[in-house]
Amino acid sequence: MPLIRPFGINEFWIIVFAAQWTIALSAIAFAGGGIGGLLIALLRVSDAKWPRLVATGFIRVFQGTPLLMQLFLVFFGMNIMGFAINPWLAATVAFTLHASAFLGEIWRGCIEAVPPGQREAATALGLRYYNRMRYIILPQASKIAVAPTVGFLVQLIKGTSLAAIIGFTELTRQGQIINNATFSPFLVFGTVAAVYFVLCWPLSVLARRMEIRFSRATTR
Amino acid sequence: MYNFNFEPVFAGFDQLLLGAWLTIQLSVAAMILGLIVSIACAAGKTSGVAPLRFLIDAYIEVIRNTPFLVQIFFIFFGLPSLGLRLTPNGAALLALVVNFGAYGTEIIRAGIESIQKGQVEAGTALGLSKLQIFRYIIMKPALRTVYPALTSQFIYLMLTSSVVSAISADDLAAAGNNLQSQTFASFEVYIVITIMYLVMSVGFSMIFSAIEKAAFKYPLSR
Repeated sequence: MPLIRPFGINEFWIIVFAAQWTIALSAIAFAGGGIGGLLIALLRVSDAKWPRLVATGFIRVFQGTPLLMQLFLVFFGMNIMGFAINPWLAATVAFTLHASAFLGEIWRGCIEAVPPGQREAATALGLRYYNRMRYIILPQASKIAVAPTVGFLVQLIKGTSLAAIIGFTELTRQGQIINNATFSPFLVFGTVAAVYFVLCWPLSVLARRMEIRFSRATTR
Repeated sequence: MYNFNFEPVFAGFDQLLLGAWLTIQLSVAAMILGLIVSIACAAGKTSGVAPLRFLIDAYIEVIRNTPFLVQIFFIFFGLPSLGLRLTPNGAALLALVVNFGAYGTEIIRAGIESIQKGQVEAGTALGLSKLQIFRYIIMKPALRTVYPALTSQFIYLMLTSSVVSAISADDLAAAGNNLQSQTFASFEVYIVITIMYLVMSVGFSMIFSAIEKAAFKYPLSR
């Protein structure tokens, strides 16, 4: 068998199918980040001082440091805590934390955008914290949140490419592997970029449309 | 229980400081060149020439919907087959400029669109040339409007630049990779580097808000 094989239709499909791992990692991080983000957002708008400070610190640290370093810290941190080095686990944990911080900050803005009169009215009606959030604040905030959340999903999908650096075989890493075998980087990374574009572009367009529709609906 | 050992990290701290300086140089150079690209593209996009607008739109969409890591791989590994061979540092700078240009164009375009038509018409009535109108009537207030967005984009650029270590360009993350392969204190090295990035992003946002206070003191309206 020759050392360098040509970039053919098989190599193309191997790259396209590697997108499933990018999608899987993004979906897990988005789901985990959704739960974590809601928690962070609620802490961030809490009336008590300490939860607010903790949430603010968490957001600041994740927004002020590179995603790559967050990934490295979780990857090597798991090792020293006695877990075996596992790119799957490290990537999942790191991207979940990252998404929690960013979604938490986005959703904090959405919760604060709900007019304060809504909260006051709910309190006046005797609704406690849980019911007030569950039935009054969050349903209204979630309407505002849809467009920026979809926008963040695009950022998250692109971010998962960094998992390639710690050896997680997703779309970008598969591209590197195929490139090492075929040595046609122009075609390989062109294909990889095209697959990311196909994943991300419709979401970007959707986010933009929703934003326009929302701003039309709210400006009277 | 794991014993933290920060000694080798601080023994090699001058390497990390040099790396941080390289990261700052790389980011500042990329931002200045990227701003030139952004202003040119934003001017082209608002010019109304349809094919030009389509090309710039395509550029923006492609860059904004693909990961930076893939862009830098494409530039560093892919472009040599077109005859453009770059050093790792050159490829890193080019990738950052191309990436910042796409985001910057949208920011500057938003600024340009915030200028009211009457301002431009007033400039024309005063007999200013097209260039003078663009320079004094459109760009100056537009940059002021989008200054906060541009500065946060710069900090994002600086954080993203850590990815250039993947093609072994010189920066803080690469300095960290070297140090951890010499000392094997991976976690300690990366925690120190992460703190250094955090200090740089907080420091830059403080510098930027000081600049904002000093440079944009002139009143908005009378």
